[in-house]
Amino acid sequence: MKKVIIVVFTIVTAIMFMMLSGCGKDKVVLNVYNWAEYIDKSLITKFEKETGIKVNYELYETNEHMMAKLEAGGTNYDLIFPSDYLIEEMIKKDMLQKIDFDNIPNFKYIDDRFKNLDYDPNNEYTVPYFWGTLGILYNTEMVKEPVTSWDILWDEKYAGKILMLDSMRDTIGVALKRLGYSVNSTDPKEIEEAKKSLIEQKKLVNGYYVDEIVDMMINGDAALALDWSGPAMDIYWQGVEYIKYAVPEEGSNLWFDCMVIPKTSRNKKEAEMFINFLLDPENAYQNSEFVGYTSPNKVALEMMKAENPEVFDMPAYMPSEEILSRCEVFKDLGSAKELYNQAWMEITAQ
Amino acid sequence: MKNRAKLLAYPYIVWMAIFIVIPLLLVFFYSITSGNIYEPSSLSFTLEHYSKFFDMLYLNVIWKSFRLAIISTVLCLVLGYPVAYIISKSKQKHRSLLLLFFLLPIWMNFLLRTYAWMAILSPNGFLNKALEFFGLPPIEIMPGQTAVVLGMIYNFLPFMVLPIYTVLSKIDKNVLEAAADLGANSFITFIKIILPLSVPGIVTGITMVFMPAVSTFVISRLLGGGKELLIGNLIEQQFTIYRDWHFGSALSIILMIMILVSMAIMSKVDNNNNDDEGRTAMW
Amino acid sequence: MVGRTIKRIYIGIIFLFLYAPILVLIIYSFNESKSRGHWGGFTLKWYGELFRDPDIIKALYYTFIVALLSSLISTVIGTFAAIGIHNMGLFGKKIVLNINYLPVLNPDIVTGVALMTLFVSVNMRLGFLTMLISHVMFNIPYVILSVLPKLRQMNRHMAEAALDLGATPFYAMRKVVIPEIMPGVVTGALMAFTLSVDDFVISFFNTGSGVTNLSIVIYSMARRGIKPSINALSTIMLLTVAVLLLVINKRTAKGDELIP
Repeated sequence: MKKVIIVVFTIVTAIMFMMLSGCGKDKVVLNVYNWAEYIDKSLITKFEKETGIKVNYELYETNEHMMAKLEAGGTNYDLIFPSDYLIEEMIKKDMLQKIDFDNIPNFKYIDDRFKNLDYDPNNEYTVPYFWGTLGILYNTEMVKEPVTSWDILWDEKYAGKILMLDSMRDTIGVALKRLGYSVNSTDPKEIEEAKKSLIEQKKLVNGYYVDEIVDMMINGDAALALDWSGPAMDIYWQGVEYIKYAVPEEGSNLWFDCMVIPKTSRNKKEAEMFINFLLDPENAYQNSEFVGYTSPNKVALEMMKAENPEVFDMPAYMPSEEILSRCEVFKDLGSAKELYNQAWMEITAQ
Repeated sequence: MKNRAKLLAYPYIVWMAIFIVIPLLLVFFYSITSGNIYEPSSLSFTLEHYSKFFDMLYLNVIWKSFRLAIISTVLCLVLGYPVAYIISKSKQKHRSLLLLFFLLPIWMNFLLRTYAWMAILSPNGFLNKALEFFGLPPIEIMPGQTAVVLGMIYNFLPFMVLPIYTVLSKIDKNVLEAAADLGANSFITFIKIILPLSVPGIVTGITMVFMPAVSTFVISRLLGGGKELLIGNLIEQQFTIYRDWHFGSALSIILMIMILVSMAIMSKVDNNNNDDEGRTAMW
Repeated sequence: MVGRTIKRIYIGIIFLFLYAPILVLIIYSFNESKSRGHWGGFTLKWYGELFRDPDIIKALYYTFIVALLSSLISTVIGTFAAIGIHNMGLFGKKIVLNINYLPVLNPDIVTGVALMTLFVSVNMRLGFLTMLISHVMFNIPYVILSVLPKLRQMNRHMAEAALDLGATPFYAMRKVVIPEIMPGVVTGALMAFTLSVDDFVISFFNTGSGVTNLSIVIYSMARRGIKPSINALSTIMLLTVAVLLLVINKRTAKGDELIP
């Protein structure tokens, strides 16, 4: 027994030694915080090899999770990928560092129509990453009718086979749109109506998910799902032809995710290097192919057109101007956030 | 010797103060204040987070949590007691092997076990595929309360069996023999002797199942499809989504008090249970 | 006669219930096809993928390092604390023990949240150190739980006798007390290790900076669907644990102490 203890002790001391010596190397570590399945992991390895910078890659489920973690403190992420309305809030709360665009020459590849958007009018804090829409995924073998309205998610015919997003703004936004209101409504009456419709819908809903949706749709666990456009492309790239994507006529949400550098970052230069790396057309194309979402990178888009022209006809990849005209971008709700929080808690806790 | 030995405890007492007492005090502090912690001037004392709790919405969540936990605990007891009894009655050489294989799953990771149920219970999972094979209609258990209860039973059954087994195995054989000599059949022996003697084990088992069952958020999240919110989920969400540390803290304190009260009631039920013995009895 | 068969059948059913999910995972781990419905053929490729997945390897690494370190640290602190507590006056002992058992009695979500609040309020970065501290914190009470009864059972006069015979207190402790309570210490250490490896909630709230553990990784992967590499991991874990337990069982077959 004694010998065993001595051996274990020695091993532990040795391990501790190795760990501590690792600390001494002072290698720069980039802390990246991102959505799941939102980057081609091999690009991270490529970046590490090219620059010698180690990347710590952490995942979050939704914008709200990311924001909560950031506000809680105790973190020092260098790069995050928030959506439009959250960027607005973060700028208001002075949580972001201004980006030094001299360090990001590849910014020139970004299509101009993605620059200077409402959430960052002078484009000082953000670099666009991906963009897309919110819509309905449907299994054409289980859904034989055309999908043109959000109402289909409230259709009793599909009870138990409907998946909704476990994401507050998106799901409530859809309910609002269906009732003819804006996804950025701050009117308590409208929010109350939306909430009631979602509570009514709950008995038809299989569950509120995020990452689970793709797998469940492919497995045939559900017929309809509220989801973003990326997963639809993901399913397409997996070779599944019978699951399609549609943006209903009542309108939907158009979103942009951007790369930002929070104030807690201590490696701004390295973060900018990584941004520049991701903007390199080759890398952007590879990333876009893996992730499925549409890239704001002009050259990457051209490369996609050359390789897979058919996706440009798909609403999930390249929504038409007509679709875009009925989509709204999320805005920061300010103090009305509380109303949404309360409504969401009531919907999920019923 | 005694006085010097006492000193050994002091470092730990300091540690406890820092890492056990202060955190709980902080949580309590959050629960009775409002405002931004990083701007002390904005703080004000309030009981609003507690009064917020007394809304049907949250009371329903607590009720659901308790209800599911009680169902799981009772089922664990009903299913687990016979197991403990049978193992304790089996031959010595079989016992450790039986026990070993019974405990084996709990040494595997808790999340892996819950994940395993996802694979079985989901609509196109193993269970339904098997039913399909036999020409039977598929059952839609997951996601839902039944799946959550199943997950709880699966995860916590060994924690019910172990303490009961420990107590049963310590029952003096002579007592049982004496009962037989006095003319009692096995049924009466069980009711009058074995059952009462096993109460400390039952109490420990109930405690070890009820407490994690009522406060879980993983099982309800993975097997409940985001629709079955239990108190654990509610607390977790206050910190991870809603950024309402005050309300989350209040809920935590409420949960803590409810559990401590339940356990105090339990220990009243079992008079013989010496706190330490009861819990060491399980290992 | 009938009774015995019924007993056997009942135990059999329970064991089936316990092992069915794990066996299903094991079977799927060899399934060529990712889908749960079809059998695509026998393959070992998921095992290969498991070892090539940096996230899982990193998680395993951290899980074991933290478990090893925290069980060692908590065993040392806990054992000495138990000795100290054992020698305390009645009133002090009661208070200390009650506070000590709070992490055991409290649901882990409350403990996790409370610790996170502490770390955040002193602006400490969440990472390896905070995770380690959290684990040590909830491990020590279990060590004390295991050692204290052994101290009680020990003949109190033995240590006194040693002192009378000229031993220094330190020597007495080393040669007399510690061997007596060793079974409790070992049990405590094992419990600490198990709890640490299995922990999810407390780690979930108290880690960051890329430090993760097995449970956290599985939690995030489980929500993206059934990943075959996790099935492979389950098989390996089951085998490892089975072998470990069998070995431990053989070694204590004489003493029958670890598994009562």
